[in-house]
Amino acid sequence: MKDIRPAILMLIVFTIICGGIYPAVVTGFANSVFPKQAKGSLIVDKSNREIGSDLIGQPFSRPQYFWPRPSATTDFGYNPAGSGGSNAGPTNPDYLKTVMDRVKALRDTGVIGSVPADLVQASASGLDPDITPEAAMVQVPRIAGMRGMSEDALKKLVADHTEGRQFSILGAPRVNVLALNLKLDTVSR
Amino acid sequence: MSKHTAEPISIFDLRIMKPALTESIKKLDPRILWRNPVMFCVEIASVITLITFIMSLTGANREPAWFTGTVSIWLWLTVLFSTFAEALAEGRGKARAASLRKSRTDVTAKRLDKPEFGGNYTTVGASQLRKGDLILVEANDMIAGDGDVVAGAALVNESAVTGESAPVVRESGGDRSAVTGGTTVIANAIIVRITANPGETFLDRMIGLIEGAKRRKTPNEIALEVLLIALTLVFLLVCANISPLSIYSVKAAGQGTPVSLTILVALFVCLAPTTIAALLPAIGIAGMDRLFQKNVIALSGRAIEAAGDVNVLLLDKTGTITHGNREAVSFVPVGGHNEKELALAALSASLFDETPEGRSVVALAQQKYGLGMEKPLDAEVVEFSAETRLSGINIGASCFRKGASDSIVSFVTKLGCTAIPEDLRGLVDRIARAGATPLVVSRDCDILGVINLKDIVKAGIQERFLQLRSMGIKTVMITGDNPLTAAAIAAEAQVDDFLAQAKPEEKLRLIREYQEGGFMVAMTGDGTNDAPALAQADVAVAMNTGTQPAREAANIIDLDSNPTKLLDIVEVGKQILMTRGNLTTFSISNDVAKYFAIIPAMMLSIYPQLEVLNIMHLASPFSAILSAVIFNAIIIPMLVPLALKGTRFRPMPAEKLLIHNLLIYGVGGIIAPFVGIKAIDLMIGMVV
Amino acid sequence: MNAYDWLQTILLFVVLLALIKPLGSFMAKVYQGERTFMSPVLAPCENLIYRICGVKKDEEMGWQRYALAMLFFNLALFAALFTILMSQHLLPLNPQKLPAFSWQLALNTAISFTTNTNWQAYAGEQAASYFTQMAGLTVHNFVSAATGMAIAIALIRGFSRRKTSMLGNFWVDLTRSTLYILLPISLVAALVLVSQGVIQNFTPYKTVPLVQSTSYDKPKLDDKGSPLKDAKGNPVTENVIVKEVSIPMGPVASQEAIKELGTNGGGFFNANSAHPFENPTPLTNMLEILLILLIPGSLTYTFGIMVGNTRQGWAILGGMLLLLAVSFGVLQIVETNGNPLVAELGIRGVNMEGKEVRFGLAGSSLFAVATTGTSCGAVNTMHDSLTPLGGMIPLSLILLGEIVFGGVGSGLYTMLAFAIIAVFVSGLMIGRTPEYLGKKIEVREMWLSILTILTAGVVVLILSGIAMITPQAVSSMANPGAHGLSEVFYGFASMANNNGSAFAGLNANVNFYNILGSLAMTLGRYVPAIAVLTMAGSLAEKKYVPPSLGTLPTDKAPFAIWLTLVIIIVGALTFFPALSLGPIVEHLTMLGGK
Repeated sequence: MKDIRPAILMLIVFTIICGGIYPAVVTGFANSVFPKQAKGSLIVDKSNREIGSDLIGQPFSRPQYFWPRPSATTDFGYNPAGSGGSNAGPTNPDYLKTVMDRVKALRDTGVIGSVPADLVQASASGLDPDITPEAAMVQVPRIAGMRGMSEDALKKLVADHTEGRQFSILGAPRVNVLALNLKLDTVSR
Repeated sequence: MSKHTAEPISIFDLRIMKPALTESIKKLDPRILWRNPVMFCVEIASVITLITFIMSLTGANREPAWFTGTVSIWLWLTVLFSTFAEALAEGRGKARAASLRKSRTDVTAKRLDKPEFGGNYTTVGASQLRKGDLILVEANDMIAGDGDVVAGAALVNESAVTGESAPVVRESGGDRSAVTGGTTVIANAIIVRITANPGETFLDRMIGLIEGAKRRKTPNEIALEVLLIALTLVFLLVCANISPLSIYSVKAAGQGTPVSLTILVALFVCLAPTTIAALLPAIGIAGMDRLFQKNVIALSGRAIEAAGDVNVLLLDKTGTITHGNREAVSFVPVGGHNEKELALAALSASLFDETPEGRSVVALAQQKYGLGMEKPLDAEVVEFSAETRLSGINIGASCFRKGASDSIVSFVTKLGCTAIPEDLRGLVDRIARAGATPLVVSRDCDILGVINLKDIVKAGIQERFLQLRSMGIKTVMITGDNPLTAAAIAAEAQVDDFLAQAKPEEKLRLIREYQEGGFMVAMTGDGTNDAPALAQADVAVAMNTGTQPAREAANIIDLDSNPTKLLDIVEVGKQILMTRGNLTTFSISNDVAKYFAIIPAMMLSIYPQLEVLNIMHLASPFSAILSAVIFNAIIIPMLVPLALKGTRFRPMPAEKLLIHNLLIYGVGGIIAPFVGIKAIDLMIGMVV
Repeated sequence: MNAYDWLQTILLFVVLLALIKPLGSFMAKVYQGERTFMSPVLAPCENLIYRICGVKKDEEMGWQRYALAMLFFNLALFAALFTILMSQHLLPLNPQKLPAFSWQLALNTAISFTTNTNWQAYAGEQAASYFTQMAGLTVHNFVSAATGMAIAIALIRGFSRRKTSMLGNFWVDLTRSTLYILLPISLVAALVLVSQGVIQNFTPYKTVPLVQSTSYDKPKLDDKGSPLKDAKGNPVTENVIVKEVSIPMGPVASQEAIKELGTNGGGFFNANSAHPFENPTPLTNMLEILLILLIPGSLTYTFGIMVGNTRQGWAILGGMLLLLAVSFGVLQIVETNGNPLVAELGIRGVNMEGKEVRFGLAGSSLFAVATTGTSCGAVNTMHDSLTPLGGMIPLSLILLGEIVFGGVGSGLYTMLAFAIIAVFVSGLMIGRTPEYLGKKIEVREMWLSILTILTAGVVVLILSGIAMITPQAVSSMANPGAHGLSEVFYGFASMANNNGSAFAGLNANVNFYNILGSLAMTLGRYVPAIAVLTMAGSLAEKKYVPPSLGTLPTDKAPFAIWLTLVIIIVGALTFFPALSLGPIVEHLTMLGGK
């Protein structure tokens, strides 16, 4: 019974240390050393308006944009306020139909051959900012047609926006769709 | 040893089989069976299948009656096989106990008031004797109860207890005062103070132990049972869990029927560790019985198991490691005398020496030099005394002496001789350093040489110690010898350590020290002064020839009074544990195959694709389930011989032994049921 | 599996193994009260805490008192978090004006974080305020982990001490775990995470315009807030154009670090470690995996040091690594092969449903096995969307009892309970009364070890059975058929084993799962914890039996392999039927093309 008092006091002490001091120290340090990252790696336009985050994908469905991965966030795709995956099981008939529809949509834009999986399977967070370089490349003909750009120029643009493996080892090569599309809008309307 | 071992009765002998059969049916009584919780669960399962069978007959159950009926029969057989195994193991002991009992019916005793011969006695029944009563036992009387001889000496036939027909001397005082109830005095008379109340005597305890009636589960056995119960409980829940899972799956798949009660019960019995649970009691009983066949009585199962764990063995040098007496092995002359001269003098000095040492001198002289001598009638014998510390004879003018070096030197000096051979001292030292005893021999005032007396280490003892060492057991020799002698014998016998000039309190201290260090200590003893040490030791083996205190302090009694028995006891102890462990592993490994037989069979109507799991290609779901149930049942009687004989013990390092047993019982346990179930399935296919 | 996948996997394990020895010996020093390089700074803080709380640091506790102190503390933790969740709307640092939790959800969440489970039946960014995340959840992440570590240390002391009833002081072990181990590593890790893009701020959610607007059909609600339905019973919807979105903010990095390090796993956001703000780059991904495995792995070395034979620790670690490597291999292979039903549609590549591009397949698979092998439960991949056999891997790792590194502390003590069972059976097989680390294993230890390793399994079997015949439980499934069964089974496996990850399609925020889940988490945490402390007490009182040739060496490869086999056999025998009706049948269905 004599341990009831320490139990409560320990709780209070650790709430102060771990729930107060520790996050405060991290916040202070983070915002002085890595202010951009700490605030969400936000993208600002010329007028200094915050127009998105490097890390958070946005929905693109118009044919002149590179399409991101399917997203299963709350209400609508790429809703940052409700992150999450589809949680679709691999044999779920509804899910298989959805994937089939997505493939069909891509086929309708002239994609031939096999479709990169990431372009028709939803990401885990629903906010995945990236697609694989292959997924970007299969979209090049469509966008070239829509924007009247040469495929080579677009391919170069994709290549420029392709981020390799981190330290040449970690992760997988990827293309940030929002950055690519923003760039696209600056080079062609 | 074999001549007086308890006659082993084959377990297939009808004398054992028949009563075992009736006994095994009696053991089905749930009030008895609940002591084996796993089999108790199987019995409940059997009752359930009996009910489903009746329901099948009346049409209240969709499954065919031949199926539920057959499952029920085999589940009942599973329980029966288990009780039969236990009854069989008890059978041999019971047969032996019955013959022991015969030896004590209608014994009467002559109760005395005072421990004096010739006093008045009253005749009372053995059952009326109480602790402290004095009884007179005369020739051809049976001793009515355990006790100590307080007066007299008698020749006692103990064959009823030991199986040994040669009578032994029991006398008051000393280490041979204990007598056992049920034995018979064949010559002379003794007065015995009773030390045990009726029902508590050695013979009573023995009968109880042999019958298995008083058998209590050992801690290890309980720990294993805990594991088995836990597994049984888990499998019970697994089977209970399958039911709702299958109900959901039927809805999800839109076809099939939920798994039936009969099949769930069958699966449960197959998964539960029935093989080991069925054989567990038999293993312990059979172990005790095996020891008994070696004429060793363990007063508790715990003691045998502890023997399996022993890592320090305290052995008396005399009688265990060496033949017990020093023997002359050579004559070494000094001062220019020749060997034969010395041998003759030694022979002369020993002619009337009836000690084993003296006789060995005579024997050696005869063997090596062909010397023989009639005992001269005119000889004057000089007996050994503590003051002179020498012995010998005077024949006419000649006097022959043998004795410790300094005694002989002072003896000849007194005779007026001053010429002590220069090489004597060195020789004596050398022999002593080698662990032997130098006896110096003189003729008149000449010192002729030295008899080399040695302890003879028993043949083959080194190998046994080597075996023990490879099992991780340390051997410690206990001797009253001086450290020098002890060290030399220890080296020759290859024991790991020795305690020289051991006194009772030092033995006790040594045992305590080892126990403090976490060792399990076993020791053998027979004398009253061994009793404290015996009581302290974890495994205490008393010789049956030993005193009552020694026997009471011990937890194992060796009827043959053969100290090397400890090694056999250790082996049986290990065998019991190993048999349990191996059969547990076997039993659990079996479940893999049973799953592959039953799971696809029970789910097939819901998910036909699960047929892939039917890797044994069993004919039909019913046949698959029956095959598993039948295999599960008949594996029990098939393993009974193994359970009774115990798995073979091989002295090898623990890791190797584990891998060896895992390959046989683990891997074998996985493969065997695949083969067995498939074979049964084929046979069912032929019948149906 | 391509070369890069191999390379980063090997790299991860090289770094992990390199860290185990230094961290393990550091922890041993901390728990044995020796001076470390941090003592000059932290020792005064430590003593100050003891003074404030009225703890005498040299006062040793027997197992009963140790257990009581642990329970009192955990009760206080639960009460505090429950109160915070129920009164969230009244508390500060709630810029989004989030409402209070329902009592069922608050109960479930408070128990979940107190028991180191971190099962989340809510979506972080939509339900929990900054205050809740910091003063509630972050604190629990620290101290629930420290509780696990303290229990493990008490058990180690049980093995290493002789003939005493004293196991150390719970308050001291708790304080040292937090102060010397969890806080410093979290601090460094949090800063590395921030440098890569993990956010750390207290600003309100940021509203940003979309480059391209989007739209969706929003169900119309009636006055009472329930969805309107038309004559045919279909929901009535209206099309809504979305031009801007709200990006959640918050003190993420500080929580992210301890969430992985303490094998807690409760995400700041609903998407957990898949969320770019929680896990923005491949480096953070690897760092997070490393953090998950770091303490459970190093504790094996601490164990080795404290029982006086580091090889004993390596043997345990070897068994864990073996299971981890096999699980990872299988997962990687089946996910590489992908889903044939999807491949049929003309799709190339590995199964990407529920995975993020940036991590790569190895980064996803490694995370999945690390988070389920330990009792972490953070996810960077949606396990619900793994291929059937792929999903069976995390499920199996959980069902084995969270011992493949396991939770901080809990992994080691559960593993030691398995070791006791393994030693017992193998001891019998070589003909000796079993002993482990010089302590004889007797009836009491058997009971307690069995309680430790089987409680979770028993809870899973009972509760999943009840669920399958409860309509509310079945209707929570997101996927039909065998996969739905897997979701429910995974849910209870996760809660009873204090993992916290989910086949997240399952809608767990219903009374059935909130309440039975609370029960599962409580039993799964405290029954083993108390059993372990009882066992520690009983072991400490035993004398030490020195090893001899007849003793089975428990510090060599054969024992490590035998231990692994025992774990697999116990797990397989217990769960084979359920797995065959879930993932296995789904796999066969998938191959059958239906």
